[in-house]
Amino acid sequence: MSSAPPSGPGPHQPPSGGTPETGPASADTVRPPPTEAGPGGVPYPFTEVQASGEFAELRHAHRSFAFPLTVAFIAWYLAYVLLSSYAGGFMALKILGHVNVALVLGLAQFLTTFLIAWWYSRHAAARLDPRAEAIKTRLEGDA
Amino acid sequence: MNLTQQPLALQLAAGGAGEHRTLIVSLFAVFVAATLGITVWAGRQTRSAEDFYAGGRQFSGFQNGLAISGDYMSAASFLGIAGAIALSGYDGFLYSIGFLVAWLVALLLVAEPLRNSGRYTMGDVLAYRMRQRPVRTAAGASTIVVSIFYLLAQMAGAGALVTLLLGITSETGKILVVVLVGIVMILYVSIGGMKGTTWVQMVKAVLLIAGTLLITFLVLLKFHFNISSLLGAAAENSGKGAAFLEPGLKYGVSATSKIDFISLGIALVLGTAGLPHILIRFYTVPTAKAARKSVNWAIGIIGVFYLMTIALGFGAAALIKPGAITASNKAGNTAAPLLAQQIGGGPDSTGGAILLAVISAVAFATILAVVAGLTLASSSSFAHDLYVNVIRKGRATEKEEVGAARWATVGIGAVAIVLGVFARGLNVAGLVALAFAVAASANLPTLLYSLFWKRFTTQGALWSIYGGLASSVVLVLFSPVVSGAGTSMFPGVDFHFFPLENPGLISIPLGFLLGWLGSRLSKEEPDVKKYAELEVRSLTGTGAH
Repeated sequence: MSSAPPSGPGPHQPPSGGTPETGPASADTVRPPPTEAGPGGVPYPFTEVQASGEFAELRHAHRSFAFPLTVAFIAWYLAYVLLSSYAGGFMALKILGHVNVALVLGLAQFLTTFLIAWWYSRHAAARLDPRAEAIKTRLEGDA
Repeated sequence: MNLTQQPLALQLAAGGAGEHRTLIVSLFAVFVAATLGITVWAGRQTRSAEDFYAGGRQFSGFQNGLAISGDYMSAASFLGIAGAIALSGYDGFLYSIGFLVAWLVALLLVAEPLRNSGRYTMGDVLAYRMRQRPVRTAAGASTIVVSIFYLLAQMAGAGALVTLLLGITSETGKILVVVLVGIVMILYVSIGGMKGTTWVQMVKAVLLIAGTLLITFLVLLKFHFNISSLLGAAAENSGKGAAFLEPGLKYGVSATSKIDFISLGIALVLGTAGLPHILIRFYTVPTAKAARKSVNWAIGIIGVFYLMTIALGFGAAALIKPGAITASNKAGNTAAPLLAQQIGGGPDSTGGAILLAVISAVAFATILAVVAGLTLASSSSFAHDLYVNVIRKGRATEKEEVGAARWATVGIGAVAIVLGVFARGLNVAGLVALAFAVAASANLPTLLYSLFWKRFTTQGALWSIYGGLASSVVLVLFSPVVSGAGTSMFPGVDFHFFPLENPGLISIPLGFLLGWLGSRLSKEEPDVKKYAELEVRSLTGTGAH
């Protein structure tokens, strides 16, 4: 045999017999299982993943949905609280029998809560889960 | 709670009094026996730290959704809200809305990233990219403070409830009840860990929903499923007319009370996602997707439950003799049991006695399950954050850690019993509001900054936790909740200078501000590598435990 004996678990073993499935830039894109790579470890995949376009898309898909929606439902809830405190006359208007605006708006808070929960879950299933899954698979795939 | 309340048993017709007491006690004994059985069974399967803290992460989204509902629907929401609506009409209903809407914060911003990046406690996420020991100490402190306030409220409530429903008026009797509740709770948690506690929550949630459905159905049946005529009857019987159905009866009295209401509203809506006993529930499921599913189930179950509080509260206002509710308990806490008795056929009937017993037993089960969840949250944080990671610097074996958690349960349970004995006379609502305010001021800002803000630092985390914690506790200390008003804990003295009962309006923005300021002014650079790791993990679930 002419090949040299393996020289220990060096991080950059030449891919002698491996299949080059990941292409030429594979040297540091997929590296160790992410769990114990402390700040001192050289191959640090998270910084790269964080900077990747794919992750930016995932982050954007979450933030651009969740943040404005959070602001919106808190504003809607506060509007309701403020109306209850300072717009008694309006809230007391009767709509049907003894059912007044205050009660209807209160029930509307329930309804919007259910709807937002359903809407977010649909968004997450369509836009977040597949992206998250893809990145996770790639990061853990090497393990 | 007011100490001069007449025991409810005395209000009830003599005929049913003895029977219903025996029935309540036996139903409750069945519940305790069954749940202790479950606990022992769960305890046999609890060995690793993951079993004890997170129930082995084996629960499904639906199961955990039920358990979350069980943890969340405390005696304060069941008895308290029904009573608040029965007495203050529409203003009582406002609690229900805040408690429910709050879940969207948990769903959209907290549940999934927390599940992805933490292991057992809230402190895991907060300390992820910070200096471990100071941040874990702070996280442990605020977890334990929030849980203890919440726990005290439940213990004080248990004492009051027993007094009212069983006619136990002697002080020794009340102390005995608090001690018994404490011992059962310690058994649940120390033996069954998270697995046992989760099953107890599920059983309790099913009982509570079933009981509430039954009463709601009977109330609506009485009014031929016409909401308007139920409301009309409530308004008329309350003696307050249309005003009973409009905002303002309780919180519209003065300019201060209106602001107080806004403060309360903010604390309710932002507090839930910072309650440690709710946060640790997200670790009991295998994935972030399951965590999302469990919040969705919880929103559905809790939402339906709070909708039913309308029927419960207005039903009590419509059907119970005016004055009878306040005569039995000034805060209205017995409105739901009284309604059950009334709807079952009245004080003299067997049906009334049975329904009263069922609802009372459900109320006890509720208290017991909630205190178990709270004890688990604080003992987990004590063992995992403080003992293992601060005192032992992460060098404890898993066996030692589980042992520490079990002993912490016994210790915290004992503290809760002692405090509960002293808290018998305290105002329950104030304690719960305080727990929510601390959670929203100290925990939520730190959680959100940790997860979403790149430049957050250790100093920012510490300022935010300690600042939010201290400001809310100090403001309550100098508020009318503690002194200076007829309803205060110490009505005889007056050292209050803060006009609001709820500190949220000040302390929550302060918590957020301090977190930002502390980070900006800190000398250390934020750890960008660790943040990269946290962000990637929290959004993708890579390497999740």
